[in-house]
Amino acid sequence: MIEDKIFTNQRLINLAIIVTAIWFTWFAQNTFDEYTIRIINNVAIFIILAVSYNLINGITGQFSLEPNGFVAIGAYVTAILIVDADTMLYQYDIEDPSAWILAMQAEFAWALLFAGIISALVALSLSFPVFRVRGDYLAIVTLGFGFIIKILAINNPQITNGSLGINDIPEYSNLYWTGGIAIFTVLAILNIIYSKYGRAMKAVRDDEDAATAMGVNTFKIKTYAFTTSAFFEGVGGGLLASLLTSISPDLFTFFLTFQLLIIIVLGGLGSTTGAILGTIFVMAGLEYMRFLDEPMSFMGIETDGTPGMRMVVFSLILIFVMLFAREGLVGKKELKDFFKKKKADK
Amino acid sequence: MILEVCNVTKKFGGVTAIKDTSFSVQAKEIYGLIGPNGAGKTTMFNIITGNYEPTEGDIKFHGQKINGIKPFKIVHRGIARTFQNIRLFNSMTVMDNVLIGFDYQATYTYFEAIFRLPRFFKEERRVRKRAIEIMEVLDIAQYADEQATSLSYGQQRKVEIARALAASPQLLLLDEPAAGMNPQETHELAELFFKIRDEFDITILLIEHDMKFVNKLCDRVMVLDYGKTIFEGDIKDAIKDEEVIKAYLGDFKHA
Amino acid sequence: MDILTFMQQMVNGFSLGSMYALIAIGYTMVYGVLRLINFAHGDIMMVGAFLGYTFMAVFELSFPVTMMLSVTIAALLGVLMDKIAYKPLREAPKISLLITAIGISFFLENTFTVFAGGTPRSFPVPEYMEKIFDVSGVVFSVASITVPIVTLILLLGILYVLYRTKYGMAIRALSFDIKTVNLMGIDGNRIIAIVFALGSALAAVGGLFWAINYPSVEPMMGVLVGLKAFAAAVVGGIGSVTGAVIGGFIIGFTEVVFIAFWPELGGYKDAFAFILLIFVLIFKPTGIMGEDLEKSRF
Repeated sequence: MIEDKIFTNQRLINLAIIVTAIWFTWFAQNTFDEYTIRIINNVAIFIILAVSYNLINGITGQFSLEPNGFVAIGAYVTAILIVDADTMLYQYDIEDPSAWILAMQAEFAWALLFAGIISALVALSLSFPVFRVRGDYLAIVTLGFGFIIKILAINNPQITNGSLGINDIPEYSNLYWTGGIAIFTVLAILNIIYSKYGRAMKAVRDDEDAATAMGVNTFKIKTYAFTTSAFFEGVGGGLLASLLTSISPDLFTFFLTFQLLIIIVLGGLGSTTGAILGTIFVMAGLEYMRFLDEPMSFMGIETDGTPGMRMVVFSLILIFVMLFAREGLVGKKELKDFFKKKKADK
Repeated sequence: MILEVCNVTKKFGGVTAIKDTSFSVQAKEIYGLIGPNGAGKTTMFNIITGNYEPTEGDIKFHGQKINGIKPFKIVHRGIARTFQNIRLFNSMTVMDNVLIGFDYQATYTYFEAIFRLPRFFKEERRVRKRAIEIMEVLDIAQYADEQATSLSYGQQRKVEIARALAASPQLLLLDEPAAGMNPQETHELAELFFKIRDEFDITILLIEHDMKFVNKLCDRVMVLDYGKTIFEGDIKDAIKDEEVIKAYLGDFKHA
Repeated sequence: MDILTFMQQMVNGFSLGSMYALIAIGYTMVYGVLRLINFAHGDIMMVGAFLGYTFMAVFELSFPVTMMLSVTIAALLGVLMDKIAYKPLREAPKISLLITAIGISFFLENTFTVFAGGTPRSFPVPEYMEKIFDVSGVVFSVASITVPIVTLILLLGILYVLYRTKYGMAIRALSFDIKTVNLMGIDGNRIIAIVFALGSALAAVGGLFWAINYPSVEPMMGVLVGLKAFAAAVVGGIGSVTGAVIGGFIIGFTEVVFIAFWPELGGYKDAFAFILLIFVLIFKPTGIMGEDLEKSRF
């Protein structure tokens, strides 16, 4: 049957891509200089975030602004777990850390898993008030949620060291961690998409009422998507904490969510491939456009930097894409769709 | 009696869309709900599928009350529907559209999907095979990998029907399935419905305007006018009934 | 806590609540006709405040003149926003609209950051606004009386427009069914433009009053306020103008009273609106005025 053939050809290509990605991770970690590795680490983490953010926003079509909140949760949970008790006692300046905070210690791998699970549980509890009702409240609730997390972080110094944040976080994140988890995340998300769950998510996006009429429990599907996104965003947050070695409430602002939004929109809302391409594109672009924010010296004339100019440009790009190029780079297509087209043309 | 509508009234604020209406559908029947536009037919459908709750009265499926049950659960009980204005999932292929109908029946968990455990493959293969079988009955299997929206109107109708059939319903609700079709197409459609009724062993309840189609296809009908029943019974008797002729001035003359 | 302090907090609560109410009305009206959460609405409030600053601090105009100019410009800005960014997307999937709204919000915030810098400006509060009355121990400033009174007058004005004028009827009809309205020969787009104009005008008033009560103007000032105002609109019943005002007062009172009774919760001041929002979504999603806008789309 045709189906079987596509399954196996597909599998070979997929396997090749995965193997290449794994090899590249090893290669990069051992070859490139520190600066480049740092950039690739960042890109890998953002791929994790973008690809999972795409699941609730692009695949399921539920507009959410959740990432900064769950990334923050993941970062703090991980930091608390991997920073040892002595360092914490020394560091926590506003108030002494609570006993149970000191007691929480774990290996990095478990810390990341725990970060994801906590984020997922929080997402689950948010799902009940939000998805139970019709209406577009998810966006506002998640926007507010991000603020609440920041407020909680600042007002509970016995847990988070308040505005001072947590420093001296052990730097475990290297390309094996970030790259490896990125590969896993992409595979997991793709496996979800190419299953009845992904189909149901897309159905909810395309026509929620028709999906219900076909027996899909739309509340359950939205909850699955949202919780999954939160899980991976939490893990990404943990990786970020260990990469930056220093976190504070100011780090997890709406700007982070906005960056991810631009990434998935530019790449193509609803496409995992698009999310990956978008990440590379936007991170490169942000770096490139840094000059707009900084003081420039041009032909002997000194101009003051205009902080915020980068973001003005980016918001204009976002609006522009929405108005004129809504499909972004690849629209809803995934890599395999490009191959399929070629087959049909033959 | 597979479906019983018992003294159902539906009010929307001050408007009474359906007034004290009762009818029942027997197994393996093809039953028609007919009447002028705005008579309350689609509203009745929406009550049966659980999208609206009746203001008064009950809906019974296999003898059990189903008012108030959530729409997606009613599908699991065995009632599936199509829409008047075809509502296919426009980002997906024909195959994926039909597969949605199997959502409830593919029994692998989220976890099994993520880690591609054996049950995932087994169930996917099973439902895909079933999907192809259904599509073959409807003669659309060759379009399985096409974008659903790239098909012609008539073919899209069939995809919608295939999708509803995928849910393994005992009762299939069709909302104006012959809309926009020429006489040749409606004739084929009627033949198709007989075939579906026999192949899938199901009961069909449909809303229609096209009297020739109804006459050919339906065993019994109920005629609604402004939410009230003006006739219920055999199609042969419906044509002769005075009230019906009055409401449909001229329509039956052409039947 | 004695009765005097309580009365004082009531006054403060009224004042704060009014400002939330003014902004909430714009959210609820736009949501009513377009089912869109206009994220940029809170930033219109900020624009209003900045316009006020510009006219009063830079051009040294009087407050009433400033108010008229700011309100007019804000209204035009709202109409422009709709025309450029939202109207082209009328038929597009909802998520595109929401993303665009976020984009505009971010754009406004950062454009003002670029031009005005991130450091807060000090709003020149007119002297007569700062005059204090002491009524048996309860302290009122002119501002804290003016704001609620003006808000109530504007609310009545909006209600009058909605229920006694042709345009208002068209707006309400639009909330029910946008397609039918267009078929009835009414230019739906013009009505929507009016809604944006009204909502933005009110937001600008809110922004000016905010600047008077909290005389520090900076580009991000609309973000949190906007969020709370939308929460207020939902609490009061999204789509209902009266609801938006009630919701605004509830949020305003809650913030003030909670802090007064439990000052140690001060850091959580901004969380109340959100908590109320979640509460309402769990127990009564249609809010206090209870209009179910999401009528079945079958």
